[in-house]
Amino acid sequence: MTQSKTYVRCTINGDDTEFLCEPRQSLLECLRDVLRLTGTKEGCNDGNCGACTIMLDDRIVTSCLVLGVEANGKNITTIEGLASPEGLHPVQQAFLEEAALQCGICTPGFLIASKALLDINPNPTEEEIRFWLANNLCRCTGYDKIVRAVVKAGEKIREG
Amino acid sequence: MATKKKEYKVIGSRPVRHDGVDKVTGKAIYSADFSIADLLHGKVLRSPIAHGVIKNIDTSKAENLPGVRAIVTAKDFIGSSDKNIEIAEDRNEGETTRLKYLRDNVLASDKLLYIGQPVVAVAATSPHIAEEAISLINLEFETLEPVLNTTQGLNSNSIIHEELQTKELGAKIPGNTNLAEHIQHKLGDPEEAFKHAEVIVERELTTETVHQGYIEPHAATASWSNDGRITVWCSTQGAFPARDTTADILGVPISQVKVVPLEIGGGFGGKIPVYLEPVAALLSKATGHPVKLVMSRKEVFECTGPTPGTLMRVKIGADKSGKFIAAQAHLEFEAGAFPGSPVAAGSYCVFAAYDIPNVLIDGYDIVVNKAKTAAYRAPGATMAAFATETVVDELAEKLQMDPMDIRLINTAKKGTRRADGPTYPTIGCEEVIKTIKNSEHYNSPITEPYVGRGVAIGYWFNVGLESACTISLSKDGTINLIEGSTDIGGTRTSIAMQAAEVLGLLPEEVIPSVVDTDSIGFTSVTGGSRTTYATGWAAYDAAIDVKNQMISKIAGIWSIDVDNVEFEDGVFFSKQDTELKISFKELAAKSGAPIVGRGSVSKGGMGAGGGSFAGAIVDVKIDPETGKTTVLKFTCVQDAGKAIYPSFVEGQMQGGSAQGIGWALNEEYFMTDDGRMTNSSLLDYRMPTSLDLPMIDTIIVEVPSDGHPYGVRGIGEANIVSPPAAVANAIYHATGVRQSRLPMNPASITKGLQDHHSDILNSMNC
Amino acid sequence: MKWIDYSSPETLAEALTLINEYQKDAGILAGGTDLIVKMRADRINPGQIIDIKSIPELNQVNINSNNDLTIGSAIPCYKIYNNTDIMNLRPELKDSASIIGGTQIQGRASFGGNICNAAPSADSVPLLISLNTTCNIQSTKGERTIPLQDLFSGPGQTILEPNELMVSITIPNQSSLSGANYIRFIPRNEMDIAVVGAGVSVTLSNDNKNFESVRVALASVGPTPIFVEGINKEISGQEINDESIRTVSNMAKNASKPISDMRGTVEFRQHLCEVLTRRALITAIERAKE
Repeated sequence: MTQSKTYVRCTINGDDTEFLCEPRQSLLECLRDVLRLTGTKEGCNDGNCGACTIMLDDRIVTSCLVLGVEANGKNITTIEGLASPEGLHPVQQAFLEEAALQCGICTPGFLIASKALLDINPNPTEEEIRFWLANNLCRCTGYDKIVRAVVKAGEKIREG
Repeated sequence: MATKKKEYKVIGSRPVRHDGVDKVTGKAIYSADFSIADLLHGKVLRSPIAHGVIKNIDTSKAENLPGVRAIVTAKDFIGSSDKNIEIAEDRNEGETTRLKYLRDNVLASDKLLYIGQPVVAVAATSPHIAEEAISLINLEFETLEPVLNTTQGLNSNSIIHEELQTKELGAKIPGNTNLAEHIQHKLGDPEEAFKHAEVIVERELTTETVHQGYIEPHAATASWSNDGRITVWCSTQGAFPARDTTADILGVPISQVKVVPLEIGGGFGGKIPVYLEPVAALLSKATGHPVKLVMSRKEVFECTGPTPGTLMRVKIGADKSGKFIAAQAHLEFEAGAFPGSPVAAGSYCVFAAYDIPNVLIDGYDIVVNKAKTAAYRAPGATMAAFATETVVDELAEKLQMDPMDIRLINTAKKGTRRADGPTYPTIGCEEVIKTIKNSEHYNSPITEPYVGRGVAIGYWFNVGLESACTISLSKDGTINLIEGSTDIGGTRTSIAMQAAEVLGLLPEEVIPSVVDTDSIGFTSVTGGSRTTYATGWAAYDAAIDVKNQMISKIAGIWSIDVDNVEFEDGVFFSKQDTELKISFKELAAKSGAPIVGRGSVSKGGMGAGGGSFAGAIVDVKIDPETGKTTVLKFTCVQDAGKAIYPSFVEGQMQGGSAQGIGWALNEEYFMTDDGRMTNSSLLDYRMPTSLDLPMIDTIIVEVPSDGHPYGVRGIGEANIVSPPAAVANAIYHATGVRQSRLPMNPASITKGLQDHHSDILNSMNC
Repeated sequence: MKWIDYSSPETLAEALTLINEYQKDAGILAGGTDLIVKMRADRINPGQIIDIKSIPELNQVNINSNNDLTIGSAIPCYKIYNNTDIMNLRPELKDSASIIGGTQIQGRASFGGNICNAAPSADSVPLLISLNTTCNIQSTKGERTIPLQDLFSGPGQTILEPNELMVSITIPNQSSLSGANYIRFIPRNEMDIAVVGAGVSVTLSNDNKNFESVRVALASVGPTPIFVEGINKEISGQEINDESIRTVSNMAKNASKPISDMRGTVEFRQHLCEVLTRRALITAIERAKE
């Protein structure tokens, strides 16, 4: 059988996007290596660190465990789509103000995951935040300032 | 020299970091993000056995796979391996390292020394093809018996390096051995002093191998161009040390190599060594293309540099008032496949918090068939503190003293001499102990069963080393600050703030850049807690230089003597005529030769600024039926000298504490009897998640360091040293069972509880 | 990863035809959170990936007039605990669905995949066994239904033929006097593979004072999930008290056949069997009383 690439068409950060990929390439690889959207990171490639977190339709997933071909017809949000021309999303701003990042490699994954939480629960407790974010590993911060940033972002969002 | 003012305009504030927006929008480029035209991809074939001899490497099938462009081995290094060179980690000790050891850890030449050791590298048109090519290479070898812990290392007949001679107290002892070095420090007469101790506690403890656990795997791209220049793009904790070591490994002059440091996703010491850079360069030379290699998480665990497993015996004797009169430590550290564990650093730190007149410390650096260890945040000190601080806790209990009071009686101070030689300058050990003792956490009551509180203190000596900085003044009154310290946690901002303070600027009026090795003077590692301290000092000096040049310039314009010009609150003015004044911005706008300030520092080896002490208070709750430990409350107290950017200092304290908690409770390498790691994934190498930790409270103590213009002490490392011991002490106070092994996982706590209960039952039956 | 071909059939018939054609070379893709991991680690090498997420029967939830609940094999965990009908009827399913991996994993991983991956540590299985769950299996040759507890033949192995597909699971209606719970022991608080897991379902007597029936199944203490036999013989009709609860938990301990590995020793796992079964049973009894 000839090995040829598959054509995929989907929406990424609001833009109609098309690309070619081999079926064995993960969505993470397609985003980073094919589309050059390198904001989404690889930390483990087996779903355990959350650095590759994106929104796939209505839910956050680890893109390392989604095949690129599975993205066909889907609606994807990556870190590159979080800010708008008007400015940073409140959760990005809160992470900066609370110093909730040190090396920053886990930050895109945390931001997508945190935004997803605040979209469904704009006033989460510390416990709810920690439970929701348990699939995202950070080795630099000990999570304290990340939790504070999510709380602060929630306040900002509720204020409107 | 600045006086250490209490009120600063910029120092101590919390501006948004300069690289922050790029990092929260995904724009920052880390080394795996890097791409360039014509790029090929590399993968590495690694040893499947822990100890053996390479017999033959057959790459013919791999060569014929479509898409494969080059295959390289150790034979492709230029020049002899038989020389000694100095690498970054040697700086503390005044040591050198055999080039052959460095090369063999990049591509093995003759023996196989650990599972995962790199042997052959392939470049291909895609990473998937490179991976397939690796599986087609046939590596033939003869298997030898592996040596897998320090006891085996000392007793086994299986010798890892035939030419290895033990370095013993300055001499080299010939003979077949895996003991690379025996160090010893002695003060007074401990043997005699122990005879007079009222109470002695002696414990044997072990710790398992743990990994730094940075979330970003290693990656590097190299391009070897036709003019012989090699450009390397990588995530490194030191572009210059990486340049020098890469050049030495390849066998080329350092001027031939340029390292461009990209953003780095964590290091904690593990990204000081080079692994992929020379391989990428060789593949680039062989193919004529730039070549990129990225490690998998499995490779990160199995093939980079974790911190050693150890076996330690610590003994402390006290008189009845609680004064420590004698102390002894025996430290066996696994070096991994090549010599160079941090046992020396462990020996400096083991009793560093205490003033003890009679001390004997023996340290053993033992090679074993595991990955060569690398630095991990205060390397060696955490294991040593686990031993000492649990023994001190036991002494306090035996003497019925408060754990902080016994530490206060024995605290190290300015003028205290350590057994390894140095005498302390101004240090904050006593202040840290007092702060813990007076803290709300320490004094809050514990009322529930199976809840316990533990405390511990720890030390890291910090290093100074070399940094350079240049500052160029722009005509809009902003400055471009050029420095070479790769920024892992926001240091470009804390460095910029120190220059801003000198020149009366806001942090956003400083534009810092971390540049490549062609573009700034030599700058040592981002490690050893030196960056905000030493590179900050270089920035301070460069800013002073800018200020002095501006003073010269305006003095010329006003035709007065430079001594008559003052600079305060952003304004230059004449001391004799207050009408003569000009703002920083206005002077910057005036035409003339560009004002470029220069700072270049060499701030000494270990103990720069006196080092930093940090302590931990932790409350744990134990589920007595499962041994599960829940951390209820955690406070980190650390002496920062002067916190340039308090949020960053707090963040370092919290991060080190979290790593310490993971080390205490769940992190370890599970190894089979043939030397294979079975948990080389983030599923089974269990680092704390957000659900495993409480908020981590921080108290910053400020005892300014003697030399630094702002009194800064490096703070990146000391905060990891005390948590495992503090958690061990807390578990003891919750359960009555002393812990002598890291990690203290549920099975061992449950077993300890069961044994303890049956001991009690047995003693009741007597 | 080695080369793979990918297809995404939109009807069950098409999927069954493909599976019948490829047999052992077929890799059934639902959430991918086990399949892709195993393929990358070179533990399995199916060349033909068949994505089942577009097939209606595998993505449906059905509650019949008897309150039997049928869940399609491809439905991800988050759709189970976010589904109000399911949570009203069988709230205990959240015990398992909310702890398989973390939030992102639950966005993809399905009960069907968790079951067919057949790890002895599968977090959905003990609870489902305790609830008397059955598996609806189809192939081009026909269909069959078997009890979940009979599905497993070894670590990572089921009795499914290479041409068979598990389309859905059915959890029969439970008595109003019953309650169920799944708990596991892990060294951290999330993300770990169960060291031991216990799924317990209990039915009480009319006056809530006695046991009528107890079903216990265990994870990670044998080559397959273990259903603990003979419990009802011992305690059916007995008064609910510490002693009878302990009888059940000790039977669970004695039924376990753990090995020592990096996640736990034999002794520790046996000990945990008793502890977790006892705790899950107590919770199940409380839920039954509500």
